[in-house]
Amino acid sequence: MLTVSGVHTFYGNIEALKGVDIEVGVGEIVTIIGANGAGKSTLLMTICGRPRAARGRIVFEGRDITHMPTFEIVRLGIAQSPEGRRIFPRMTVLENLQMGATVADPSRFADDLERVFTLFPILRQRQNQRGGTLSGGEQQMLAIGRALMARPRLLLLDEPSLGLAPLVVKQIFEVIREINEQQKVTVFLVEQNAFHALKLAHRGYVMQTGRITLAGTGRELLANKEVRAAYLEGGHA
Amino acid sequence: MEYFVQQLINGLTLGAIYGLIAIGYTMVYGIIGMINFAHGEIYMIGAFVSIIGFLVMGLAGITWVPLALLIVLVCTMVVTALYGWTVERLAYRPLRGSFRLAPLISAIGMSIFLQNYVQLTQGARVKPLQPIVTGVLPLFTSPGGFTVQISYLQIFIILLTVVLMAVFTYMIAATPLGRSQRACQQDLGMAALVGVDVDRTISLTFVTGAALAAVAGFMVTLYYGVIDFYIGFLAGIKAFTAAVLGGIGSLPGAMLGGLLIGLIEAFFSGYFSVEYKDVAVFIMLVLVLIFLPTGLLGRPEVEKV
Repeated sequence: MLTVSGVHTFYGNIEALKGVDIEVGVGEIVTIIGANGAGKSTLLMTICGRPRAARGRIVFEGRDITHMPTFEIVRLGIAQSPEGRRIFPRMTVLENLQMGATVADPSRFADDLERVFTLFPILRQRQNQRGGTLSGGEQQMLAIGRALMARPRLLLLDEPSLGLAPLVVKQIFEVIREINEQQKVTVFLVEQNAFHALKLAHRGYVMQTGRITLAGTGRELLANKEVRAAYLEGGHA
Repeated sequence: MEYFVQQLINGLTLGAIYGLIAIGYTMVYGIIGMINFAHGEIYMIGAFVSIIGFLVMGLAGITWVPLALLIVLVCTMVVTALYGWTVERLAYRPLRGSFRLAPLISAIGMSIFLQNYVQLTQGARVKPLQPIVTGVLPLFTSPGGFTVQISYLQIFIILLTVVLMAVFTYMIAATPLGRSQRACQQDLGMAALVGVDVDRTISLTFVTGAALAAVAGFMVTLYYGVIDFYIGFLAGIKAFTAAVLGGIGSLPGAMLGGLLIGLIEAFFSGYFSVEYKDVAVFIMLVLVLIFLPTGLLGRPEVEKV
């Protein structure tokens, strides 16, 4: 569904991605784990064309999207819940969800809204509140809900568990599984919470300083010695 | 008291005009964080297009005033909006992503260019227009014999401004375009990520700002009856002052700021000295920048993460 091959991305003179290859198949949950600053978020943003890949190719459903403007990439069916959530702070929850539906078919808006409110009932209660006044967990739900309003075929999630209470993290991961299994949305997930992410994902990649260093199924990576030492020991297991 | 009311009416009229121009400054600043210094010139072009429009109406023999006003108003808005769109396309879009000062310098260049362009094509002399909307409505007469009056033109200007601002406020608050504009204002990158065509939204922002400035130019042509290629400079800076006073980036702020600047100017002219009315406005700018940099309705600049 999505093929990233040999992608290099720069921020000024700093090379954030140094030739990344990944592959996401239809219906999969694929995760990418790695330390802070490894380039995970840059990879997600590069897929959406902000910043652009300096070299390499990104192909989505057979179309080369490497040089497409961001809004056109989004129209093809890729939605992102980005790093830092980036809720529109002075818009209400409902308006944030309306913005998420920018590329969606307007006649399905009511259904899609209902679907998001069913996944995250708290958003229904908060719908007339400004996005900036929500708690961190609520903002995370809103960011995911906003991405879902686009009816994406590929959902990019950047650290949905960051800074959240363990109970909320569990809830969010359950929702991701539900989105994937029931709504047939392919998910590409960036996480620092390696344990949860690898347990959830079908396949995973490990990223280090702009390169993919390991790949395998979620189970394989969970059992891998290096992965355990670097990302799991003393952590959540 | 009568004199006060009279100045109040004059000030409101002036304030309406400044407010309409100020909206363009504040919207553009809100979205791309630059002061569009060519915006005063866009207003000046609006004034010229409307004066040409009235001459054409005269030649075409359309003498029924409401019809002539409507045709000229619509044509002025359309033509001037086209100028606004072109300026953004030529002078600002190629510099997007460049260093912060670049579009600002380009804007000043555009401003000088537009002034000279109008001077060359239309001549440097003052252009007169005979009064089209005439007649006054006497409100009341004081025991001293001073009659407070409001001209039909003033009523027209104030009403038209109120209607336009209502339509505009609705557009920003409740239409998909307005929502996209607010989204771009709050987080340009995220707006792109939900599928907003950011370039198009910015273009449309320039178009709406120019259309409103065009209305201001149209009003000034009717109100003062004389224009020249240089009127955009002073009016532009005053409207910019209005936007800063109201809180740059804030739409209600621009309207409020415009109104206050109009009132300050009218009252200062009425009670102190007409010659120094501009000084009064710019002292206001200095005071606001020193003591209230975020303006009356502005938000303090928050560092984005």
